[in-house]
Amino acid sequence: MSKKPTELEEDEVETTGHSWDGIEEYNNPLPRWWLWTLYATIIWAIGYTIAYPAWPMLTQATPGVLGWSTRGDVAAEIKAVDVANAEIESKLAAADLTTISADADMNSYANNAGKAVFQTWCIQCHQTGGQGAKGYPNLLDDDWLWGGDIESIHTTIKHGVRNEDDDDARFSEMPKFGADELLEAAEIDQVVNFVLKISGQEADAALVTDGAVVFEDNCASCHAEDGKGDRDQGAPNLTDAIWLYGGDEATIRDSVNNARFGVMPTWAARLSESDINAVATYVHQLGGGE
Amino acid sequence: MWDYIKLIVVGAVVVLAAIAASYARDLPYMVNALTIMLAAVGLFIWTMRGLGDAKPSTDGYADGVVRAGVIATALWGVVGFLVGVWIATLLAFPSLNFEWAQGYLNFGRLRPLHTSAVIFAFGGNGLIATSFYVVQRTSAARLWGGNAGWFVFWGYQIAIVLAATNYVLGATQSKEYAEFEWFADLWLTIVWVVYLIVFMGTLYKRKEKHIYVANWFYLSFIVTIAMLHIVNNLSIPVSFFGSKSVQVFSGVQDMMTQWWYGHNAVGFFLTAGFLGMMYYFVPKQAERPVFSYKLSIIHFWALIFLYIWAGPHHLHYTALPDWASTLGMVMSIILWMPSWGGMINGLMTLSGAWDKLRTDPIIRMMVVSIGFYGMSTFEGPMMSIRAVNSLSHYTDWTIGHVHSGALGWNGMITFGALYFLVPRLWNRERLYSLKLVSYHFWLATIGIVLYASALWVSGIMEGLMWREVDANGFLVNSFADTVEAKFPMNVVRTIGGLLYLTGAIIMCYNLWATVAKGTAKADAAAPVPAE
Repeated sequence: MSKKPTELEEDEVETTGHSWDGIEEYNNPLPRWWLWTLYATIIWAIGYTIAYPAWPMLTQATPGVLGWSTRGDVAAEIKAVDVANAEIESKLAAADLTTISADADMNSYANNAGKAVFQTWCIQCHQTGGQGAKGYPNLLDDDWLWGGDIESIHTTIKHGVRNEDDDDARFSEMPKFGADELLEAAEIDQVVNFVLKISGQEADAALVTDGAVVFEDNCASCHAEDGKGDRDQGAPNLTDAIWLYGGDEATIRDSVNNARFGVMPTWAARLSESDINAVATYVHQLGGGE
Repeated sequence: MWDYIKLIVVGAVVVLAAIAASYARDLPYMVNALTIMLAAVGLFIWTMRGLGDAKPSTDGYADGVVRAGVIATALWGVVGFLVGVWIATLLAFPSLNFEWAQGYLNFGRLRPLHTSAVIFAFGGNGLIATSFYVVQRTSAARLWGGNAGWFVFWGYQIAIVLAATNYVLGATQSKEYAEFEWFADLWLTIVWVVYLIVFMGTLYKRKEKHIYVANWFYLSFIVTIAMLHIVNNLSIPVSFFGSKSVQVFSGVQDMMTQWWYGHNAVGFFLTAGFLGMMYYFVPKQAERPVFSYKLSIIHFWALIFLYIWAGPHHLHYTALPDWASTLGMVMSIILWMPSWGGMINGLMTLSGAWDKLRTDPIIRMMVVSIGFYGMSTFEGPMMSIRAVNSLSHYTDWTIGHVHSGALGWNGMITFGALYFLVPRLWNRERLYSLKLVSYHFWLATIGIVLYASALWVSGIMEGLMWREVDANGFLVNSFADTVEAKFPMNVVRTIGGLLYLTGAIIMCYNLWATVAKGTAKADAAAPVPAE
């Protein structure tokens, strides 16, 4: 079986003389470049392990002559940034919110810091650009549920909305007109059509007139008689084309039947005073701040 | 007599598995117990029907188990690639994680199914089948242990089925590439030890004076995988009748053990094992002697010695102490040349046969395979350098690196071996179509290039976006920004995977047609272990 697959040429190196299933092996030496590169990596490795923490000893590992460590490295980087930002950071924490935008340095710092905070904590609901999603308000427009001046935005961020962790959280609750049988089915039909009408959509004219009465009796105390809402109660304006949950008939009916209860957490416990100031500034300047 | 003992044992397994299924505390455990029961019932009936039949001939090489292994390799390969293409599609279009599939077929359940299917089902079957073929030929001896080889084959398939159902039904140890729960671990250990004994037994009765280099690599792979598997899976089951178990190690020790295992799964399963494959099939297909015996010795021992240290480079900048991270890194760098020793020996073996590249697509496949091996084993040490790793870690670059190794090196060398084996195992004149091999070659190569380059771009972009800070030191991008930016690359990687899958399907057809339509070889004499 040990037939030779090839006849060796005159100038070829010897084989080892073994043959397995016809496979032979040349007796070529190790390629020099290969061997020297291997030696070079070994020498480099010895040097590197002397310079950096490497060899475990009895009580601790050799620390390396450079005194370098990953934790030391990152601590130094963080410290450098903290030192550089220390002055403006304390200024921002104590700043009067309305004056931040007037101070160019502080405004730019607050926007950078605010963006970082926003991208870490806020985008999960309000999305990366602050454009929001169903049930999570768009922060780019000038339609605000709880107020769009910087103080109001600051309060909303700091304490949140309808959460149980912060006594100062914004709070209001819409009744479940359908589910709790506060309104008859016919009345709900009427008021839904009225809302369609005041938001400039097609509505059943026969129902709108009665709907106006239902609205005045049940809804106007929060959404105001003209349906333009009330920011003190977080009651949305129903006359524009901006909807938090949707403005089609089915969604409006769902809102009237079951109400809505959007929650935002309190950030007072998780973010520093300067972080909250920064993110309030950032959101205020996204486009719709008042 | 032996058959009756076998019937009693298998019957007992049926009963015990039925009891385990009825006491099962969770669904995956019950499904697994029923699977074992059905397998045992099948074996029982098969043994019964065979009672009193004449014993099959034990002359010549035991090639039946190799044939079964070749079929399993090809089929599991297609399954693994298909799941891979699907989860790549999910990354690009996450809305395809359908509501009805939640809890069974969503990305999180399918991802370990993909990795285990390609590494263990495709790669593992390829390694077992080729090692059985190679060790017999290069030892000029029949496979040791009678039907033990068949036990290894079927035992391994059962382990794969157990693992796959576990992942889909949600039983996992949450250890990467070691997701098998305790009972599948125990079963795999038994199968693996039998595999080791069969392999060593065959080597022991070899008729050649020396052990061929391919067998060193195969042996080191089998021994080391046994050790890694046992240590990394040390755990205590919560209940004998439940799938959940608790790891013996915890915290940073667990993490270090896991990546000692994980990296050596790469080192010994995907590198040493496949080098064994290369050392046989490349010289056979090229019909040239191996380039250097000395190089094979030196690079074998260096590789074996160094790989086992390299695990900590998966854990740079974590809770792992700096000293361990440094050692992992320097050992990885020294590993560069020992890894390349295999590449040099493979490529230089072809010197004098380079003209075959034009005419033989199988050689072309093997050359590309060795090329990707060389590239991945340069990329690996480079990525283990702490400074590079701080950019590459947790990004798609790592996935790209793994796939250039897995698709390029492991996949291509396995395809080459399958094309080599099928005509010989089924005694056919030649392959059904070399043209189809050529199509497979180009589809696979272009697929890998698309896949790897898309993930290099994506990974480096991700790393740069994550670390980008503004003048005040604040991060500029959110994680979601990087996910959004990766969309085009995710599409390209899916297309690359699709091309690779298409190539594999063409291969399956070609191999099937070789057996079904090819003409039998004229001298059909059974191959005999030679003196």
